[in-house]
Amino acid sequence: MADDTTARRAEPVDEFEREPVPERARLGFSSFVGQYAGEHTAGTELMIGPLFIASGVSAIDVVGGLFAGNLLAVLSWMFLTAPIAVRARLTLYFQLEKICGRTLVTAYNLANGVMFCFLAGAMVTVNATAAGLWFDIAMPGLNDVYPDSAGWVVTVLVMGALMTVVAAYGYRVVARIANIAAPWMVLVFVAYGIIGARQLGIDSVGEFWPKAQEFIWTGGEPLAGRAKFTFWHVMFFAWFCNMAMHIGMADLSVFRYARKSWYAAGTAAGMYLGHFIAWLSASILYAHQLHVTPDNTAVLPGPLAYNAAGIAGVLCVIVAGWTTANPTIYRAGLAFQAISPSSSRYRVTLLTGAVATVAGLFPAIAMKLLDFVALYGLVLMPMGAVVFVDFWLAGRFGFRSRYAEASGVSINWAAALAWVLTLAGCLAVVNMGGLQIYFVGLPGWFVAAFLYIVLSRLVQRKEVRS
Amino acid sequence: MKRAAQLVSLAALAGTIVPPALYFTGNLALDAAKWWMLVAAVAWFAATPAWMDR
Repeated sequence: MADDTTARRAEPVDEFEREPVPERARLGFSSFVGQYAGEHTAGTELMIGPLFIASGVSAIDVVGGLFAGNLLAVLSWMFLTAPIAVRARLTLYFQLEKICGRTLVTAYNLANGVMFCFLAGAMVTVNATAAGLWFDIAMPGLNDVYPDSAGWVVTVLVMGALMTVVAAYGYRVVARIANIAAPWMVLVFVAYGIIGARQLGIDSVGEFWPKAQEFIWTGGEPLAGRAKFTFWHVMFFAWFCNMAMHIGMADLSVFRYARKSWYAAGTAAGMYLGHFIAWLSASILYAHQLHVTPDNTAVLPGPLAYNAAGIAGVLCVIVAGWTTANPTIYRAGLAFQAISPSSSRYRVTLLTGAVATVAGLFPAIAMKLLDFVALYGLVLMPMGAVVFVDFWLAGRFGFRSRYAEASGVSINWAAALAWVLTLAGCLAVVNMGGLQIYFVGLPGWFVAAFLYIVLSRLVQRKEVRS
Repeated sequence: MKRAAQLVSLAALAGTIVPPALYFTGNLALDAAKWWMLVAAVAWFAATPAWMDR
């Protein structure tokens, strides 16, 4: 994922931060295929797949929902993000600064950094479930919120400290390991599914579908404390788990390097390897666990992987978790450092990693990863609508694009209010209206776009009149 | 040297996916498949840095 999932791309962001990417630095299609395939086969995929089963989804709903949702995600990258990226060729942050002003971008960076910290925390949790296997520690359950054993606390603190120090001082080494490990990890994820299917008694391809409906995605009642998932839940989750990246426009920073906007079709490699095959494989492992020990509802990637693939499986969890936590902590550090540019990047990264480690102590973040990932996208999504409207529609609706750059204001209140009001409205609908968080992203994007148009005409009324 | 490393990497990828497939078809025990996958993992991380991403 998660996404997430996000920041093996941190290094390119360090280049051409305040200028368009020049012709000589542009990349071909295969670069994006490799990047997205590796990036979306992360340790957290082993958390997400089982949570579909915990939500009582049926086989046709999960397969159809993932197929459709991932297709919509790819199309969002292709037709919303990449066309702006290859025309402006600027990072999201620089483009936002021109639209929103320096102060508002700082607030955006703060929100981004905090969400990255929690995401990295979930990755620390995943790795602790793998490392803890060697020491036979008590692991958290599906609905646990707080750490409940000293062994768990020590394991998370050790894993978090290691990841943090490496993110601060050895970023490039781990980034290289991530690239090297990617093809192997993808195959291990496929192997999880093959082995899990056999463990469930499926011994031919022809038997897979009927037995999948009977033993894996049975469509029964969800586990205690979980919402029932349908096709629509799965589709919207798959579409919007990377909402911050496509309709939220964070991947402007990636596709500014693409020679052509259609190169965003390369995201399909990540979606269909990571968010289709890896999630289904992880689901199969969890179904086997429930089949063998129905009372054991804990979603623990380490033991799940070990039961299927032994030490190589656990190694894959650790590598997948580490190689995605590393750049996530690094990018959170960069986001915070942008707020206080004079701070040492190493110190900021160490502090960020400490926050992520503390977050990792609480299993609730990882166990509620579906909701957290949706929230993460929702927080950043309105700014994507602002960028889209400002780039394509400002002239048509009679207001000036890149208003902060043109007027010199440090806060473009039209963008600020569109962001805050949309987010507040979406969260109110979720908390008071009872609508699941996966469903508010799409209408929220249109609300943010509408608010930005109306508020920009109000804020810029003098210019509009003239 | 580079060519040899690439061949080892290719064999390691095969060693990662073929044993699970053989287990699926009933031609290999699960424990043996797990050991082959571990050997393949070691081979992948030993050989691949010699040619990839340099």
